[in-house]
Amino acid sequence: MTKNLLSSALLAGVAAGLIAALLQFSFVIPHLMEGELYETGERVHFATDGSTQSDRAQPALGNDFARHGMTVAFNMVTYTGYGLILLALMVLADGKGHKLTPRTGLIWGVAGFIAVQLAPGIGQPPVLPGAIGSEVGPRQAWWAATIIASALALALIAFGKGWMALLSIPLLLAPHIIGAPYLDTYFGVAPPELSARFAALSFGTALAGWSILGFLCAWFWTRSNEG
Amino acid sequence: MTTQTASIERSDNSAMGLAIAVLAGVFLLMASGIAQATVLHDAAHDQRHAMAFPCH
Repeated sequence: MTKNLLSSALLAGVAAGLIAALLQFSFVIPHLMEGELYETGERVHFATDGSTQSDRAQPALGNDFARHGMTVAFNMVTYTGYGLILLALMVLADGKGHKLTPRTGLIWGVAGFIAVQLAPGIGQPPVLPGAIGSEVGPRQAWWAATIIASALALALIAFGKGWMALLSIPLLLAPHIIGAPYLDTYFGVAPPELSARFAALSFGTALAGWSILGFLCAWFWTRSNEG
Repeated sequence: MTTQTASIERSDNSAMGLAIAVLAGVFLLMASGIAQATVLHDAAHDQRHAMAFPCH
């Protein structure tokens, strides 16, 4: 069973990571590279000539295959990492009578997106390169704690008996009442429209990636157990 | 008797299996999203931004 678990998560993670990378190249990375033009000063928004306008144009992906290859590779690593944890939880629930099918796997994937991307992203939105943030350690701690609290809350909603599900409300709220670490100053050099669009596209592609990951984890696992 | 032993072993394996899967997952995420080593950070840079890891 362990072998099926590991191999299913690996196959699902590699496939979901590949698809997520292709989606990122279509939607996210061009905006990221546009943001870099402001990070390096090649473009300047609110230039000193009095104009508040900047031309909107994403640079081409170009032929930096080493850079983009690494993006594909690390998406596979990330999605395999999330897939291993997600499938372990799915198999745990399956063992307790919540039967795992590719269709319920899809719901698990969406729940994973909510816990891992959306909940921490509410406090710490996806940022363009060049964004300056507070010290990284406390931000990582807040991020990890928010994921754990939100995942617990979703588990209580899905599997909690009776009033237990209501405990999800304080669990979901607590990280945001405590608040993510922030600086007292705005440092952004990129146009706000570009930052907002980057964040929204990043959420959209992550939702697609997580949905595919949940579906494929369940699909490979149920198939390998039938054989 | 034999059956009982086998089923105990299987359930032990499965709890161990789940733990191994979770640890392996955390290990991969440490590399792809958390670790601050410059080589890892630069290679994973675009992916870290796209997946909103709090990274720098």
